[in-house]
Amino acid sequence: MYRPESGPTGLLPHGALPDAARQPPPARDDDVGDLVVRGITKAFTPGSPVLQDVSFAIPAGQSVALIGSNGAGKSTLLRCCMNLIEPDSGSVYLFGQPLQAQSTASLRHLRSQVGFVFQKHNLVPRLSALTNVLQGALARAPFGHAWFQGTAPRALREEAMHCLERVGLADKARHRADQLSGGQSQRVAVARALMQRPRFLVADEPAASLDPISGEEVMSLFSSLVQSEGLTLLFTSHDLEHAVRYAHRVIALNRGRIVKDVLSAQTQATELRTLYDVHHAAP
Amino acid sequence: MTSTTPRLDRHALPARFERLSAAAFTAWALALAFFVWSLQGTGASLTDFVEGFPQMGRLVGEMLPPSTARLEAVGRALLETFQMALVGTVVGVLLSVPIAVLATPHLSPHPLAYHAARSLIAFFRTVPDLVWALLFVVSVGLGPFAGTLAIVVDKLGFCGRFFAEAMEEVDRGPQEALSAMGASRGSIILCAVIPAALPSFINTSLFSLEKATRSSVILGLVGAGGIGIELKVAMDLFGYDEAATIILAIFALVLVVERASVLIRRRVL
Repeated sequence: MYRPESGPTGLLPHGALPDAARQPPPARDDDVGDLVVRGITKAFTPGSPVLQDVSFAIPAGQSVALIGSNGAGKSTLLRCCMNLIEPDSGSVYLFGQPLQAQSTASLRHLRSQVGFVFQKHNLVPRLSALTNVLQGALARAPFGHAWFQGTAPRALREEAMHCLERVGLADKARHRADQLSGGQSQRVAVARALMQRPRFLVADEPAASLDPISGEEVMSLFSSLVQSEGLTLLFTSHDLEHAVRYAHRVIALNRGRIVKDVLSAQTQATELRTLYDVHHAAP
Repeated sequence: MTSTTPRLDRHALPARFERLSAAAFTAWALALAFFVWSLQGTGASLTDFVEGFPQMGRLVGEMLPPSTARLEAVGRALLETFQMALVGTVVGVLLSVPIAVLATPHLSPHPLAYHAARSLIAFFRTVPDLVWALLFVVSVGLGPFAGTLAIVVDKLGFCGRFFAEAMEEVDRGPQEALSAMGASRGSIILCAVIPAALPSFINTSLFSLEKATRSSVILGLVGAGGIGIELKVAMDLFGYDEAATIILAIFALVLVVERASVLIRRRVL
């Protein structure tokens, strides 16, 4: 589990997985994986499935990039993995627990161990950056302690500040979230996820709204967390270079189906690019 | 330099107005006929209106100059009017929030709670505040408390509806984010929904205070406290100069409240 005091204190300038780390951690026989997805199907309108019989497993400590063209079902799949959207059929196991069979309280407990960084950041606009980060502790802090920074105990406020420091935004703690730039609010969203002390990070196109430098910084941060804290990472991306450089493994979706599942060490961005050509050429 | 304007196919130009169907034409004709009938029902008469001008002139003449004989009593009644409006609005706004949460489709814990809250709000909203004042005068007696209760109930209907709509319209993204991190429903409402809906809440509350200030004048007419009863007595006793003082005092109060609410809006929102 992530402990803020044990990790590095800044962004890594070159956070791509080093060659030695590009091989995924070996799976143990008793390790069913942090996330196991079995035969998920989802259709928002009858006859037009967004996901069709999707299955995969992610062992603890592995970093996985989910790629695919717009409308391939990536964001829906991430939401199904957290049961934010309920699949029509199939099952999802998070840390060995079947999500669909959980009570509300135990589902909340499972979710609290997963930091989810959304494409649109999803910060609460009128609240300060510090309060937004603090709310990452909502599920684990005693009642009312993580609502607002004014009501939070000192230890939680210090931890939230530490998370902001990790993403390089300690000086923006008092700024309102709706006054931050796109890159800054994305990093506050990452800090909020870190505040959860997650075992697993999920990120929906974390670099999509950022300039190239900021995008590299965010991906480097994720990569460093995978390496130093042993977190499991699942992220979607349209940047195939990011997918190959920052993930152990790449899963490609096309029209709701997995069309490729490959170790990043065994593929290249140019090869993955052909998957998009196939999609756009299809009628 | 010459330019060639492409010649449009005359059939391609759409008509300026859509041609009404027979059903639509009939509906419009019926609506117009109903309006004319309603005009007759009100007894509207241009002759009466024009002949009323001299009477209005005489009334204004008797009002001037406004009387200053009972300024202290008028001031006390005016203060009481504002106190009724303020307390009634604050209590009404605070009580509206939980009812509005229950009346918001995606926040309500159960469809039954949602329908019950919606029905309650609709009931509070459709019964006029004057009727509530009459009921409370009977139940708690004459005086400002009855008027304050009437304002509270009126605000429950007014703010309950607008707060629920505001919470329904806020961006769901932050709510989804807090849900994904395992936050409880109560925490999501408190930490994501209410902060996002706060500008709308403040706007509605300030508008409610303005509306309550005006209506608390009227509530006095049925004995529910405030300056309304002073106005009624002055008019009944033909003390038009004193009535003028009261009307000017009401005007000043409403103006001050409106200006204050504009300033608060600018500062807070």
